[in-house]
Amino acid sequence: MIGFSTLLYKELLRFWKVSTQTIGAPVLTAVLYLLIFGHVMEARIRIYDAIPYAAFLVPGLVMMSMLQNAFANSSSSLIQSKITGNIIFVLLPPLSYLEFFAAYVLAAVARGVVVGAAVLLVTLPFVEISIRQPLWILAFAICGSGVLGALGMVAGIWAEKIDQVAAFQNFLIMPLTFLSGVFYSIHSLPDIWQVVSRFNPFFYMIDGFRYGFFGASDIDPARSLGIVTVFLAVVSMLTLALLKRGYKLRH
Amino acid sequence: MTAAIEIRDVHKRFGTLQALAGIDLEIPQGEFFGLLGPNGAGKTTLISILAGLVRADRGVARILGHDVLAAYRAARCTLGVVPQELVFDPFFTVRETLRIQSGYFGIRGNDAWIDEVMGHLDLTSKADTNMRALSGGMKRRVLVAQALVHRPPVIVLDEPTAGVDVELRQSLWRFVRRLNRDGHTIVLTTHYLEEAETLCERIAMLKQGRIVALDSTPNLLKRVHQLFLRLRLAGELPEELKALEHGNGEAGHLLRVRSYEDVEPALASIREAGCRIEEMEVIQPDLEDVFVEVMQQS
Repeated sequence: MIGFSTLLYKELLRFWKVSTQTIGAPVLTAVLYLLIFGHVMEARIRIYDAIPYAAFLVPGLVMMSMLQNAFANSSSSLIQSKITGNIIFVLLPPLSYLEFFAAYVLAAVARGVVVGAAVLLVTLPFVEISIRQPLWILAFAICGSGVLGALGMVAGIWAEKIDQVAAFQNFLIMPLTFLSGVFYSIHSLPDIWQVVSRFNPFFYMIDGFRYGFFGASDIDPARSLGIVTVFLAVVSMLTLALLKRGYKLRH
Repeated sequence: MTAAIEIRDVHKRFGTLQALAGIDLEIPQGEFFGLLGPNGAGKTTLISILAGLVRADRGVARILGHDVLAAYRAARCTLGVVPQELVFDPFFTVRETLRIQSGYFGIRGNDAWIDEVMGHLDLTSKADTNMRALSGGMKRRVLVAQALVHRPPVIVLDEPTAGVDVELRQSLWRFVRRLNRDGHTIVLTTHYLEEAETLCERIAMLKQGRIVALDSTPNLLKRVHQLFLRLRLAGELPEELKALEHGNGEAGHLLRVRSYEDVEPALASIREAGCRIEEMEVIQPDLEDVFVEVMQQS
Protein backbone atom coordinates (compact mmCIF):
# COMPACT_ATOMS: atom_id res chain seq x y z
CA MET A 1 0.00 0.00 0.00
CA ILE A 2 2.90 2.37 0.68
CA GLY A 3 4.00 2.02 -2.94
CA PHE A 4 0.55 2.93 -4.19
CA SER A 5 0.06 5.83 -1.79
CA THR A 6 3.50 7.21 -2.68
CA LEU A 7 2.73 7.10 -6.39
CA LEU A 8 -0.61 8.81 -5.71
CA TYR A 9 1.13 11.44 -3.57
CA LYS A 10 3.74 12.02 -6.27
CA GLU A 11 1.05 12.44 -8.93
CA LEU A 12 -0.87 14.90 -6.72
CA LEU A 13 2.30 16.83 -5.89
CA ARG A 14 3.15 16.96 -9.59
CA PHE A 15 0.05 18.95 -10.56
CA TRP A 16 -0.09 20.87 -7.31
CA LYS A 17 3.42 22.24 -7.86
CA VAL A 18 2.32 23.79 -11.16
CA SER A 19 -1.17 24.77 -10.03
CA THR A 20 -1.21 28.03 -11.98
CA GLN A 21 -1.15 25.98 -15.13
CA THR A 22 -3.12 22.93 -13.92
CA ILE A 23 -5.85 24.69 -11.91
CA GLY A 24 -5.65 28.44 -12.56
CA ALA A 25 -5.67 28.24 -16.37
CA PRO A 26 -8.75 25.96 -16.71
CA VAL A 27 -10.66 28.10 -14.20
CA LEU A 28 -9.94 31.22 -16.24
CA THR A 29 -11.03 29.46 -19.44
CA ALA A 30 -14.32 28.39 -17.83
CA VAL A 31 -15.01 31.91 -16.56
CA LEU A 32 -14.39 33.31 -20.05
CA TYR A 33 -16.83 30.79 -21.52
CA LEU A 34 -19.40 31.79 -18.91
CA LEU A 35 -18.97 35.52 -19.47
CA ILE A 36 -19.06 35.31 -23.26
CA PHE A 37 -21.62 32.56 -23.88
CA GLY A 38 -23.68 33.57 -20.87
CA HIS A 39 -23.89 37.12 -22.14
CA VAL A 40 -24.54 36.32 -25.80
CA MET A 41 -27.03 33.50 -25.29
CA GLU A 42 -28.85 34.74 -22.20
CA ALA A 43 -31.71 36.37 -24.05
CA ARG A 44 -32.09 33.61 -26.62
CA ILE A 45 -32.21 30.36 -24.74
CA ARG A 46 -34.40 29.28 -21.88
CA ILE A 47 -34.00 25.75 -20.62
CA TYR A 48 -36.30 23.66 -18.42
CA ASP A 49 -38.57 26.76 -18.49
CA ALA A 50 -37.38 28.40 -15.32
CA ILE A 51 -33.60 28.16 -15.52
CA PRO A 52 -31.67 31.12 -16.93
CA TYR A 53 -29.04 30.18 -19.50
CA ALA A 54 -26.02 31.23 -17.41
CA ALA A 55 -27.19 29.06 -14.52
CA PHE A 56 -27.74 26.17 -16.93
CA LEU A 57 -24.28 26.67 -18.35
CA VAL A 58 -22.35 26.60 -15.07
CA PRO A 59 -22.71 22.86 -14.22
CA GLY A 60 -21.84 22.02 -17.83
CA LEU A 61 -18.70 24.15 -17.65
CA VAL A 62 -17.77 22.65 -14.28
CA MET A 63 -18.13 19.12 -15.63
CA MET A 64 -16.35 19.95 -18.88
CA SER A 65 -13.41 21.39 -16.92
CA MET A 66 -13.32 18.32 -14.70
CA LEU A 67 -13.33 15.92 -17.64
CA GLN A 68 -10.70 17.76 -19.64
CA ASN A 69 -8.40 18.19 -16.66
CA ALA A 70 -8.73 14.61 -15.50
CA PHE A 71 -7.71 13.54 -18.99
CA ALA A 72 -4.89 16.05 -19.14
CA ASN A 73 -3.50 14.94 -15.79
CA SER A 74 -2.90 11.28 -16.48
CA SER A 75 -2.07 11.68 -20.17
CA SER A 76 0.45 14.48 -19.69
CA SER A 77 2.08 12.83 -16.70
CA LEU A 78 2.60 9.57 -18.59
CA ILE A 79 3.73 11.06 -21.88
CA GLN A 80 6.14 13.46 -20.15
CA SER A 81 7.61 10.60 -18.13
CA LYS A 82 7.93 8.47 -21.24
CA ILE A 83 9.58 11.20 -23.28
CA THR A 84 11.99 12.31 -20.56
CA GLY A 85 12.65 8.70 -19.61
CA ASN A 86 11.84 9.15 -15.93
CA ILE A 87 9.00 6.62 -16.30
CA ILE A 88 11.77 4.18 -15.33
CA PHE A 89 11.46 5.39 -11.72
CA VAL A 90 7.97 3.89 -11.48
CA LEU A 91 8.75 0.83 -13.61
CA LEU A 92 11.72 -0.37 -11.55
CA PRO A 93 9.94 -0.58 -8.15
CA PRO A 94 7.67 -3.45 -7.15
CA LEU A 95 4.43 -1.64 -8.00
CA SER A 96 1.64 -3.81 -9.40
CA TYR A 97 -0.27 -2.75 -12.49
CA LEU A 98 -3.37 -2.32 -10.30
CA GLU A 99 -1.54 0.10 -7.99
CA PHE A 100 -0.21 1.91 -11.02
CA PHE A 101 -3.70 2.26 -12.49
CA ALA A 102 -5.34 3.29 -9.22
CA ALA A 103 -2.73 5.94 -8.42
CA TYR A 104 -2.88 7.63 -11.83
CA VAL A 105 -6.69 7.52 -12.07
CA LEU A 106 -7.23 8.77 -8.51
CA ALA A 107 -4.79 11.64 -9.06
CA ALA A 108 -6.69 12.50 -12.26
CA VAL A 109 -9.99 12.41 -10.35
CA ALA A 110 -8.47 14.64 -7.67
CA ARG A 111 -7.31 17.19 -10.25
CA GLY A 112 -10.71 17.04 -11.96
CA VAL A 113 -12.58 17.60 -8.71
CA VAL A 114 -10.25 20.41 -7.55
CA VAL A 115 -10.59 22.21 -10.90
CA GLY A 116 -14.36 21.61 -10.93
CA ALA A 117 -14.77 22.97 -7.41
CA ALA A 118 -12.63 25.99 -8.27
CA VAL A 119 -14.67 26.73 -11.41
CA LEU A 120 -17.90 26.45 -9.42
CA LEU A 121 -16.56 28.71 -6.71
CA VAL A 122 -15.36 31.36 -9.13
CA THR A 123 -18.64 31.40 -11.10
CA LEU A 124 -20.81 31.78 -7.99
CA PRO A 125 -20.62 35.60 -7.93
CA PHE A 126 -21.92 35.73 -11.53
CA VAL A 127 -24.76 33.24 -11.32
CA GLU A 128 -27.35 32.23 -8.80
CA ILE A 129 -27.29 28.47 -8.64
CA SER A 130 -28.75 25.88 -6.30
CA ILE A 131 -27.40 22.50 -5.32
CA ARG A 132 -30.37 20.16 -4.99
CA GLN A 133 -28.75 16.72 -4.99
CA PRO A 134 -25.09 16.88 -3.85
CA LEU A 135 -24.68 13.09 -3.89
CA TRP A 136 -25.57 12.91 -7.58
CA ILE A 137 -23.13 15.73 -8.23
CA LEU A 138 -20.38 13.85 -6.40
CA ALA A 139 -21.16 10.52 -8.07
CA PHE A 140 -21.02 11.98 -11.59
CA ALA A 141 -17.94 14.07 -10.76
CA ILE A 142 -16.01 11.04 -9.54
CA CYS A 143 -17.17 8.59 -12.20
CA GLY A 144 -16.78 11.09 -15.05
CA SER A 145 -13.28 12.15 -13.96
CA GLY A 146 -12.44 8.48 -13.46
CA VAL A 147 -13.41 7.66 -17.05
CA LEU A 148 -11.31 10.52 -18.39
CA GLY A 149 -8.42 9.73 -16.06
CA ALA A 150 -8.37 6.18 -17.42
CA LEU A 151 -8.73 7.42 -21.01
CA GLY A 152 -5.81 9.76 -20.34
CA MET A 153 -3.79 6.74 -19.25
CA VAL A 154 -4.66 4.93 -22.48
CA ALA A 155 -3.58 7.98 -24.49
CA GLY A 156 -0.39 8.41 -22.45
CA ILE A 157 0.53 4.75 -22.76
CA TRP A 158 -0.25 4.57 -26.47
CA ALA A 159 1.33 7.86 -27.57
CA GLU A 160 5.00 8.13 -28.33
CA LYS A 161 5.03 11.86 -28.93
CA ILE A 162 3.30 14.80 -27.25
CA ASP A 163 1.42 15.68 -30.46
CA GLN A 164 -0.19 12.23 -30.43
CA VAL A 165 -1.65 12.99 -27.01
CA ALA A 166 -2.72 16.39 -28.33
CA ALA A 167 -4.40 14.67 -31.29
CA PHE A 168 -6.23 12.32 -28.91
CA GLN A 169 -7.36 15.34 -26.92
CA ASN A 170 -8.26 17.59 -29.85
CA PHE A 171 -9.91 15.04 -32.13
CA LEU A 172 -11.64 12.83 -29.60
CA ILE A 173 -11.99 14.34 -26.14
CA MET A 174 -12.75 17.94 -27.19
CA PRO A 175 -15.49 17.10 -29.76
CA LEU A 176 -17.09 14.61 -27.39
CA THR A 177 -17.20 17.15 -24.55
CA PHE A 178 -18.38 20.03 -26.74
CA LEU A 179 -21.10 17.88 -28.29
CA SER A 180 -22.28 16.48 -24.99
CA GLY A 181 -24.69 19.27 -24.09
CA VAL A 182 -22.40 21.56 -22.10
CA PHE A 183 -23.78 24.60 -23.93
CA TYR A 184 -27.28 23.38 -24.76
CA SER A 185 -29.98 20.92 -23.81
CA ILE A 186 -30.18 18.17 -26.41
CA HIS A 187 -33.91 18.84 -26.64
CA SER A 188 -33.03 21.99 -28.53
CA LEU A 189 -31.33 19.87 -31.23
CA PRO A 190 -32.95 18.38 -34.37
CA ASP A 191 -34.14 14.78 -33.81
CA ILE A 192 -31.26 13.16 -35.63
CA TRP A 193 -28.67 14.96 -33.46
CA GLN A 194 -30.62 14.06 -30.35
CA VAL A 195 -30.21 10.40 -31.35
CA VAL A 196 -26.51 10.87 -32.15
CA SER A 197 -25.95 12.60 -28.80
CA ARG A 198 -27.23 9.52 -27.00
CA PHE A 199 -24.25 7.58 -28.34
CA ASN A 200 -21.88 10.03 -26.69
CA PRO A 201 -21.04 8.77 -23.20
CA PHE A 202 -19.97 12.27 -22.15
CA PHE A 203 -23.55 13.43 -22.66
CA TYR A 204 -24.70 11.24 -19.74
CA MET A 205 -21.95 12.61 -17.49
CA ILE A 206 -22.96 16.22 -18.13
CA ASP A 207 -26.69 15.53 -18.02
CA GLY A 208 -26.52 13.55 -14.78
CA PHE A 209 -24.20 16.08 -13.19
CA ARG A 210 -26.62 18.87 -14.08
CA TYR A 211 -29.46 16.92 -12.47
CA GLY A 212 -27.67 17.33 -9.13
CA PHE A 213 -28.03 21.11 -9.46
CA PHE A 214 -31.51 21.52 -10.92
CA GLY A 215 -33.27 18.29 -10.11
CA ALA A 216 -34.13 18.14 -13.81
CA SER A 217 -32.36 16.46 -16.72
CA ASP A 218 -32.87 15.10 -20.22
CA ILE A 219 -32.32 11.52 -19.05
CA ASP A 220 -33.15 9.77 -15.77
CA PRO A 221 -29.98 10.28 -13.65
CA ALA A 222 -29.93 6.69 -12.41
CA ARG A 223 -29.86 5.52 -15.99
CA SER A 224 -27.11 8.02 -16.83
CA LEU A 225 -25.04 6.91 -13.86
CA GLY A 226 -25.49 3.29 -14.92
CA ILE A 227 -24.23 4.10 -18.42
CA VAL A 228 -21.27 6.13 -17.08
CA THR A 229 -20.37 3.31 -14.66
CA VAL A 230 -20.40 0.74 -17.46
CA PHE A 231 -18.22 3.06 -19.54
CA LEU A 232 -15.86 3.49 -16.59
CA ALA A 233 -15.65 -0.28 -16.18
CA VAL A 234 -14.92 -0.82 -19.89
CA VAL A 235 -12.22 1.88 -20.09
CA SER A 236 -10.69 0.67 -16.82
CA MET A 237 -10.51 -2.90 -18.06
CA LEU A 238 -8.90 -1.75 -21.28
CA THR A 239 -6.33 0.30 -19.33
CA LEU A 240 -5.63 -2.57 -16.93
CA ALA A 241 -5.18 -4.97 -19.84
CA LEU A 242 -2.64 -2.61 -21.44
CA LEU A 243 -0.78 -2.21 -18.16
CA LYS A 244 -0.78 -5.93 -17.47
CA ARG A 245 0.69 -6.62 -20.89
CA GLY A 246 3.19 -3.83 -20.37
CA TYR A 247 2.04 -2.36 -23.70
CA LYS A 248 4.59 0.27 -24.80
CA LEU A 249 5.91 0.43 -21.24
CA ARG A 250 7.70 -2.88 -20.74
CA HIS A 251 9.02 -4.00 -24.11
CA MET B 1 24.06 -20.50 -1.90
CA THR B 2 21.48 -18.95 -4.22
CA ALA B 3 23.06 -17.01 -7.05
CA ALA B 4 22.64 -13.25 -6.96
CA ILE B 5 21.76 -13.35 -10.63
CA GLU B 6 20.82 -16.38 -12.66
CA ILE B 7 20.14 -16.13 -16.38
CA ARG B 8 19.20 -19.22 -18.37
CA ASP B 9 18.84 -19.39 -22.13
CA VAL B 10 17.55 -15.83 -22.44
CA HIS B 11 16.58 -14.72 -25.94
CA LYS B 12 15.21 -11.37 -27.03
CA ARG B 13 14.35 -10.08 -30.46
CA PHE B 14 13.29 -6.52 -31.37
CA GLY B 15 11.72 -6.77 -34.83
CA THR B 16 14.46 -8.12 -37.06
CA LEU B 17 17.21 -7.46 -34.53
CA GLN B 18 18.25 -10.42 -32.40
CA ALA B 19 19.30 -8.46 -29.31
CA LEU B 20 20.05 -11.52 -27.17
CA ALA B 21 20.67 -14.93 -28.67
CA GLY B 22 20.80 -17.35 -25.76
CA ILE B 23 22.48 -15.95 -22.67
CA ASP B 24 23.45 -18.21 -19.77
CA LEU B 25 25.05 -16.53 -16.83
CA GLU B 26 25.31 -17.02 -13.09
CA ILE B 27 26.70 -14.38 -10.78
CA PRO B 28 27.33 -15.49 -7.20
CA GLN B 29 26.45 -13.28 -4.26
CA GLY B 30 29.06 -10.71 -3.30
CA GLU B 31 30.80 -10.67 -6.65
CA PHE B 32 31.92 -7.54 -8.48
CA PHE B 33 31.02 -8.48 -12.02
CA GLY B 34 31.69 -6.69 -15.29
CA LEU B 35 29.53 -6.86 -18.38
CA LEU B 36 31.44 -5.57 -21.37
CA GLY B 37 30.77 -5.31 -25.05
CA PRO B 38 30.57 -2.87 -27.92
CA ASN B 39 27.48 -0.69 -28.42
CA GLY B 40 24.52 -2.81 -29.42
CA ALA B 41 25.99 -6.01 -27.96
CA GLY B 42 22.94 -6.49 -25.72
CA LYS B 43 24.23 -5.31 -22.33
CA THR B 44 21.41 -2.87 -21.66
CA THR B 45 18.80 -5.34 -22.97
CA LEU B 46 20.10 -7.95 -20.54
CA ILE B 47 20.00 -5.48 -17.65
CA SER B 48 16.51 -4.37 -18.69
CA ILE B 49 15.32 -7.98 -18.58
CA LEU B 50 16.67 -8.31 -15.03
CA ALA B 51 14.93 -5.05 -14.09
CA GLY B 52 11.61 -6.07 -15.64
CA LEU B 53 11.75 -3.23 -18.19
CA VAL B 54 12.04 -5.68 -21.06
CA ARG B 55 10.45 -9.11 -21.27
CA ALA B 56 12.52 -11.98 -22.63
CA ASP B 57 11.08 -13.97 -25.53
CA ARG B 58 12.48 -17.14 -24.02
CA GLY B 59 14.44 -18.19 -20.97
CA VAL B 60 14.51 -17.42 -17.29
CA ALA B 61 16.04 -14.63 -15.22
CA ARG B 62 16.19 -14.71 -11.44
CA ILE B 63 17.48 -12.26 -8.85
CA LEU B 64 18.45 -14.05 -5.62
CA GLY B 65 16.21 -16.91 -6.73
CA HIS B 66 13.20 -14.71 -7.49
CA ASP B 67 11.91 -14.97 -11.04
CA VAL B 68 11.78 -11.47 -12.54
CA LEU B 69 8.27 -12.08 -13.89
CA ALA B 70 6.54 -14.61 -11.60
CA ALA B 71 7.99 -13.11 -8.40
CA TYR B 72 8.53 -9.59 -9.70
CA ARG B 73 7.90 -7.90 -6.37
CA ALA B 74 10.60 -9.85 -4.54
CA ALA B 75 12.93 -9.63 -7.53
CA ARG B 76 12.60 -5.84 -7.83
CA CYS B 77 13.00 -5.32 -4.07
CA THR B 78 16.37 -7.05 -4.22
CA LEU B 79 17.61 -5.15 -7.25
CA GLY B 80 18.87 -1.57 -7.59
CA VAL B 81 19.47 -0.27 -11.10
CA VAL B 82 21.37 2.85 -12.10
CA PRO B 83 20.13 3.50 -15.63
CA GLN B 84 22.40 4.58 -18.42
CA GLU B 85 20.31 7.58 -19.52
CA LEU B 86 20.57 10.72 -17.42
CA VAL B 87 16.90 10.92 -16.44
CA PHE B 88 15.24 12.94 -13.67
CA ASP B 89 11.87 14.23 -12.57
CA PRO B 90 11.93 18.03 -12.94
CA PHE B 91 9.11 18.57 -10.44
CA PHE B 92 11.03 17.57 -7.33
CA THR B 93 14.05 18.36 -5.17
CA VAL B 94 16.77 15.79 -4.50
CA ARG B 95 15.34 14.86 -1.10
CA GLU B 96 11.78 14.64 -2.43
CA THR B 97 13.01 12.43 -5.27
CA LEU B 98 14.72 10.06 -2.83
CA ARG B 99 11.78 9.99 -0.40
CA ILE B 100 9.36 9.24 -3.21
CA GLN B 101 11.62 6.52 -4.59
CA SER B 102 11.79 4.96 -1.10
CA GLY B 103 8.01 5.02 -0.93
CA TYR B 104 7.70 3.16 -4.24
CA PHE B 105 9.67 0.36 -2.60
CA GLY B 106 7.31 0.41 0.38
CA ILE B 107 9.67 2.23 2.74
CA ARG B 108 8.60 5.17 4.92
CA GLY B 109 10.80 7.14 7.31
CA ASN B 110 13.93 6.40 5.30
CA ASP B 111 15.62 9.72 6.04
CA ALA B 112 18.55 8.33 8.02
CA TRP B 113 19.61 6.10 5.12
CA ILE B 114 18.83 8.81 2.55
CA ASP B 115 21.12 11.19 4.46
CA GLU B 116 23.85 8.57 4.60
CA VAL B 117 23.65 7.84 0.87
CA MET B 118 23.60 11.57 0.06
CA GLY B 119 26.65 12.00 2.31
CA HIS B 120 28.62 9.32 0.49
CA LEU B 121 27.74 10.80 -2.88
CA ASP B 122 28.46 14.42 -1.84
CA LEU B 123 24.83 15.37 -2.37
CA THR B 124 24.05 16.72 1.09
CA SER B 125 24.45 20.39 0.11
CA LYS B 126 22.04 19.84 -2.81
CA ALA B 127 19.33 18.04 -0.80
CA ASP B 128 16.77 20.81 -1.22
CA THR B 129 17.74 21.84 -4.74
CA ASN B 130 15.33 21.14 -7.57
CA MET B 131 16.54 18.40 -9.91
CA ARG B 132 16.38 20.80 -12.86
CA ALA B 133 19.01 23.04 -11.29
CA LEU B 134 21.63 20.28 -10.91
CA SER B 135 24.60 19.73 -13.19
CA GLY B 136 24.88 16.51 -15.19
CA GLY B 137 27.31 14.99 -12.70
CA MET B 138 25.02 15.80 -9.78
CA LYS B 139 22.03 14.30 -11.57
CA ARG B 140 24.08 11.15 -12.10
CA ARG B 141 24.77 11.00 -8.36
CA VAL B 142 21.05 11.28 -7.64
CA LEU B 143 20.42 8.36 -10.01
CA VAL B 144 22.90 6.30 -8.03
CA ALA B 145 21.23 7.34 -4.76
CA GLN B 146 17.79 6.46 -6.17
CA ALA B 147 19.00 2.96 -7.01
CA LEU B 148 20.16 2.50 -3.42
CA VAL B 149 17.23 3.86 -1.39
CA HIS B 150 15.89 0.37 -0.69
CA ARG B 151 19.33 -1.07 0.20
CA PRO B 152 19.23 -3.64 -2.59
CA PRO B 153 21.57 -6.63 -2.18
CA VAL B 154 22.14 -6.67 -5.94
CA ILE B 155 23.16 -3.44 -7.67
CA VAL B 156 23.43 -2.96 -11.42
CA LEU B 157 25.25 0.07 -12.76
CA ASP B 158 24.75 0.62 -16.48
CA GLU B 159 27.62 2.85 -17.62
CA PRO B 160 27.48 5.00 -14.50
CA THR B 161 30.59 7.01 -15.35
CA ALA B 162 29.75 7.98 -18.92
CA GLY B 163 30.49 11.70 -19.18
CA VAL B 164 31.34 12.04 -15.50
CA ASP B 165 34.29 13.98 -14.10
CA VAL B 166 37.25 12.35 -12.37
CA GLU B 167 36.22 13.42 -8.89
CA LEU B 168 32.80 11.85 -9.10
CA ARG B 169 34.21 8.72 -10.67
CA GLN B 170 36.58 8.28 -7.79
CA SER B 171 34.02 8.99 -5.08
CA LEU B 172 31.51 6.76 -6.85
CA TRP B 173 33.94 3.83 -7.05
CA ARG B 174 34.96 4.29 -3.41
CA PHE B 175 31.30 4.06 -2.42
CA VAL B 176 30.52 1.13 -4.72
CA ARG B 177 33.59 -0.76 -3.48
CA ARG B 178 32.41 -0.21 0.06
CA LEU B 179 28.98 -1.54 -0.81
CA ASN B 180 30.66 -4.56 -2.37
CA ARG B 181 32.77 -5.13 0.76
CA ASP B 182 29.56 -4.96 2.80
CA GLY B 183 28.25 -7.89 0.77
CA HIS B 184 26.37 -6.26 -2.10
CA THR B 185 26.68 -7.91 -5.48
CA ILE B 186 27.71 -5.39 -8.12
CA VAL B 187 27.17 -5.70 -11.84
CA LEU B 188 28.87 -3.04 -13.90
CA THR B 189 28.78 -2.19 -17.56
CA THR B 190 31.25 0.34 -18.81
CA HIS B 191 33.20 1.39 -21.86
CA TYR B 192 36.11 2.38 -19.63
CA LEU B 193 37.99 -0.90 -19.64
CA GLU B 194 40.55 0.33 -17.12
CA GLU B 195 37.73 0.71 -14.60
CA ALA B 196 36.47 -2.79 -15.30
CA GLU B 197 39.98 -4.21 -15.01
CA THR B 198 40.60 -2.62 -11.63
CA LEU B 199 37.17 -3.22 -10.13
CA CYS B 200 35.71 -6.45 -11.50
CA GLU B 201 36.57 -9.90 -10.22
CA ARG B 202 34.95 -11.58 -13.18
CA ILE B 203 33.96 -10.32 -16.59
CA ALA B 204 31.61 -11.37 -19.36
CA MET B 205 32.10 -10.00 -22.85
CA LEU B 206 29.08 -9.76 -25.08
CA LYS B 207 28.96 -9.52 -28.83
CA GLN B 208 25.82 -9.51 -30.94
CA GLY B 209 23.71 -10.91 -28.14
CA ARG B 210 26.04 -13.74 -27.15
CA ILE B 211 28.61 -14.17 -24.40
CA VAL B 212 31.94 -14.56 -26.20
CA ALA B 213 34.16 -14.58 -23.12
CA LEU B 214 33.45 -15.25 -19.45
CA ASP B 215 36.22 -15.61 -16.94
CA SER B 216 37.96 -14.06 -13.97
CA THR B 217 39.78 -10.85 -14.81
CA PRO B 218 43.30 -12.33 -14.24
CA ASN B 219 42.45 -15.32 -16.46
CA LEU B 220 41.15 -13.04 -19.18
CA LEU B 221 44.34 -11.01 -19.06
CA LYS B 222 46.36 -14.22 -19.48
CA ARG B 223 44.50 -14.91 -22.68
CA VAL B 224 46.50 -12.43 -24.62
CA HIS B 225 49.80 -14.02 -25.51
CA GLN B 226 51.74 -10.90 -26.13
CA LEU B 227 53.78 -8.21 -24.47
CA PHE B 228 54.80 -4.83 -25.67
CA LEU B 229 58.36 -3.65 -25.54
CA ARG B 230 58.81 0.08 -25.73
CA LEU B 231 62.30 1.12 -26.75
CA ARG B 232 63.97 4.42 -27.37
CA LEU B 233 67.14 3.84 -29.33
CA ALA B 234 70.15 5.86 -30.28
CA GLY B 235 70.22 4.62 -33.87
CA GLU B 236 68.03 2.69 -36.27
CA LEU B 237 65.88 -0.29 -35.31
CA PRO B 238 67.54 -3.39 -36.76
CA GLU B 239 65.86 -4.73 -39.92
CA GLU B 240 64.95 -8.13 -38.40
CA LEU B 241 62.91 -6.42 -35.65
CA LYS B 242 60.84 -4.31 -38.03
CA ALA B 243 58.34 -7.17 -38.41
CA LEU B 244 57.57 -6.91 -34.66
CA GLU B 245 57.07 -3.18 -34.75
CA HIS B 246 53.56 -2.22 -33.62
CA GLY B 247 54.06 1.51 -33.52
CA ASN B 248 56.67 4.21 -33.76
CA GLY B 249 56.36 7.63 -32.23
CA GLU B 250 57.91 10.13 -29.89
CA ALA B 251 57.91 7.59 -27.07
CA GLY B 252 60.03 5.29 -29.23
CA HIS B 253 59.45 2.01 -30.99
CA LEU B 254 56.71 -0.28 -29.77
CA LEU B 255 57.49 -3.95 -30.42
CA ARG B 256 54.98 -6.74 -29.99
CA VAL B 257 56.46 -9.98 -28.66
CA ARG B 258 54.76 -13.20 -27.62
CA SER B 259 56.39 -13.65 -24.20
CA TYR B 260 59.29 -12.68 -21.97
CA GLU B 261 61.37 -15.33 -23.77
CA ASP B 262 61.24 -13.22 -26.93
CA VAL B 263 62.60 -10.15 -25.15
CA GLU B 264 66.16 -11.38 -24.83
CA PRO B 265 66.66 -12.23 -28.55
CA ALA B 266 65.23 -8.82 -29.48
CA LEU B 267 67.70 -7.07 -27.20
CA ALA B 268 70.50 -9.23 -28.60
CA SER B 269 69.69 -8.10 -32.15
CA ILE B 270 69.83 -4.49 -31.05
CA ARG B 271 73.17 -5.04 -29.36
CA GLU B 272 74.56 -6.81 -32.41
CA ALA B 273 73.44 -3.95 -34.65
CA GLY B 274 75.51 -1.64 -32.44
CA CYS B 275 72.50 0.26 -31.27
CA ARG B 276 72.30 1.80 -27.80
CA ILE B 277 69.11 1.55 -25.74
CA GLU B 278 68.28 4.88 -24.12
CA GLU B 279 65.02 3.86 -22.54
CA MET B 280 63.13 0.59 -22.22
CA GLU B 281 59.77 -0.54 -20.83
CA VAL B 282 57.90 -3.85 -20.87
CA ILE B 283 54.16 -3.26 -21.11
CA GLN B 284 51.74 -5.95 -19.94
CA PRO B 285 48.60 -6.51 -21.99
CA ASP B 286 45.57 -4.84 -20.48
CA LEU B 287 41.88 -5.51 -20.69
CA GLU B 288 41.63 -3.38 -23.80
CA ASP B 289 44.00 -5.74 -25.64
CA VAL B 290 41.97 -8.70 -24.41
CA PHE B 291 38.76 -7.00 -25.46
CA VAL B 292 40.04 -6.23 -28.95
CA GLU B 293 41.34 -9.77 -29.38
CA VAL B 294 38.13 -11.40 -28.14
CA MET B 295 35.99 -9.20 -30.36
CA GLN B 296 38.14 -9.92 -33.40
CA GLN B 297 38.24 -13.65 -32.83
CA SER B 298 34.55 -14.18 -32.17
